Amino acid sequence: MKSAQSLTLASGGVPVMIVEIMGGCNFQTKLESLGIRKGITITKLTSQFGKGPITIRVGKTEVALGFGMAEKIIVKEIDEADNPGR
Amino acid sequence: MKQIILAGNPNVGKSVVFNRLTGVRVISSNYPGTTVEFSKGHIHIHGEHIDILDVPGTYSLDPSSPAEEVATKILHEKSREEGNILVIVADSTNLERNLLLTLQLLNLKMRTVLCLNFWDETAHHGIKINVEKLEEHLGVPVIKTTAVSGEGIKELVDKIPEARVSTFQYNENDKWNQIGEVISLVQQVTHKHHTLRDRLQELTIHPVTGLPIALIILFISFEIVRFIGEGINVYVITPIFEILWKPVLVKLSELIVNIPILFHILIGDLVNGEIDFGLSFGLLSTGLYVPLAAVMPYVLAFYIVLSFMEDTGYLPRLAILLDWFMHKVGLHGMSVIPMLLGFGCNVPGILASRILETKRERFIAMTLTAITVPCMAQIAMIFGLIGKFGAKGVLPVFIILFIIWLVLGIIMNRYVKGESPEIFLEIPPYRFPHFPTLFKKIQMRIHGFFKEAIPFVLLGVFLVNILYSLGIIGFLSKLFEPVIGFLFGLPPESVGAMVIGFLRKDVAVGMLAPLGMSLKQSIIASVILTIYFPCVATFIMLLKELGIAGMIKAVGIMIFTTTIVGVTLNLIL
Repeated sequence: MKSAQSLTLASGGVPVMIVEIMGGCNFQTKLESLGIRKGITITKLTSQFGKGPITIRVGKTEVALGFGMAEKIIVKEIDEADNPGR
Repeated sequence: MKQIILAGNPNVGKSVVFNRLTGVRVISSNYPGTTVEFSKGHIHIHGEHIDILDVPGTYSLDPSSPAEEVATKILHEKSREEGNILVIVADSTNLERNLLLTLQLLNLKMRTVLCLNFWDETAHHGIKINVEKLEEHLGVPVIKTTAVSGEGIKELVDKIPEARVSTFQYNENDKWNQIGEVISLVQQVTHKHHTLRDRLQELTIHPVTGLPIALIILFISFEIVRFIGEGINVYVITPIFEILWKPVLVKLSELIVNIPILFHILIGDLVNGEIDFGLSFGLLSTGLYVPLAAVMPYVLAFYIVLSFMEDTGYLPRLAILLDWFMHKVGLHGMSVIPMLLGFGCNVPGILASRILETKRERFIAMTLTAITVPCMAQIAMIFGLIGKFGAKGVLPVFIILFIIWLVLGIIMNRYVKGESPEIFLEIPPYRFPHFPTLFKKIQMRIHGFFKEAIPFVLLGVFLVNILYSLGIIGFLSKLFEPVIGFLFGLPPESVGAMVIGFLRKDVAVGMLAPLGMSLKQSIIASVILTIYFPCVATFIMLLKELGIAGMIKAVGIMIFTTTIVGVTLNLIL
């Protein structure tokens, strides 16, 4: 099993699973409105210079979120053992 | 049937559906949050006249911005009224995400029709949706539409009377499982390989390639605006004025030459015995020439280019690329959009600031736009006033404005209380603009300009003439001479321009043109005229959006900034 890390540190282009979203209820609701929630698989697409926004793919949607928000999203890479179906 | 309520996620083509249903003009763009104020239209079904309400887009019924709050409030209100019909517009290429709001809306238990828009794009994405199953599962009629081409709109209208209250049992705590169930039941996705469009999307958002591309795009846009604007001005409108309108005015002036007051107000002063459209300053000479020839072509050109960028979906990407920079002034990337709009006219720019979430952000964005972003009318007149000096005249003005923007922004970021949340937005796919919708939008924006600009310009020119005749401008010039002359180093006659600048900035700059100012004076005057009080239309907008207290604060900042900047420029230039 691979270790969990913040979305800002995750490498781009590989599907990762959200294992935890730190932050308050409002924050969770805000993310949820675009379908970002614990347990789903997302792909990090790009990050910008400095602490610029992170872009991710969620389902068929591309979403940009601020660096601070991305820091609070904890993801881990999906490996075979966790997800034998893939 | 009382009313049809149109609701859905942002950026699902809801405004286009509304346009199709009603023929009324609503601005729709390829970025979330276009409909900040709801629009109303009407439709005839079986001879019955029914109102349609276009509710701003929202991702869920738990609002996170003022636009979403407006939407949620209207939807709850309308659901309590008897007899209303809800039309939900969903993006069929993105069904899963759209289902969250859809299920919440169905739970309002109104009679509903669900419309799956962008249907033509599903094939491209490898998506198959079983509409019959979806209809059965949700218990409401489902219609496939492609609003931009008009496909499915007739079926939608036919189905509206068959709207039903959903039988779906929504459970807030189990919503994601419920959505997952629906998706697995009705949707099949086959994997599609990278297309050119995906590649382009990556290139324009990756910082290494995206920033150079952004610079190139902005430069090209600027050149196109200049090219189209100049073309229309030089080859179309100015000849119309010189060849067709001038003889009429000459005839008219012969008729009224014995009534000096009328002559002065309508025609103005003759320059070398001739009518000069730029300098004569009569209602029918300069009063018509300034808005129609000097400003309108550039406003038109600007809106053509900006509307095109909006509809392709480029602007959100620009917002992401510039996000880090906007943080310096306490804003996030999305605020690029209201500011860009402000270059056309500050009024829609300030209105668009509503897409920002917090009061602090809106205050900073609006104040910065009103003070430092020159609208097309101002830009055209700055070029008119200072263009004769070439780049060494024009460039400093824009550089100074940019420095003021940055410094003022940094100061406000430090001292304005409140929160500045981070950027969070859906990035729409690139779409080729649908030209009829694009034209409609440009037409509507130009219409807005005509409605706003022409009466104010005419009123401005009229007032200038009256105030001159009564000697009031002369009196004010004497009164303010020490301030304007000593502090800013400007000739006393420029006071009149400052007074009129409150009404229309373009007229004001026009008044400065005949004063024969030096390069230094011209630069100072251009900057001061841009940053001191916004024109009256913008002023009213600020009052409406910020309230009295907020507006007074903004005006205070404005006066303070103008004084500091005027004195500083006078000392260092």
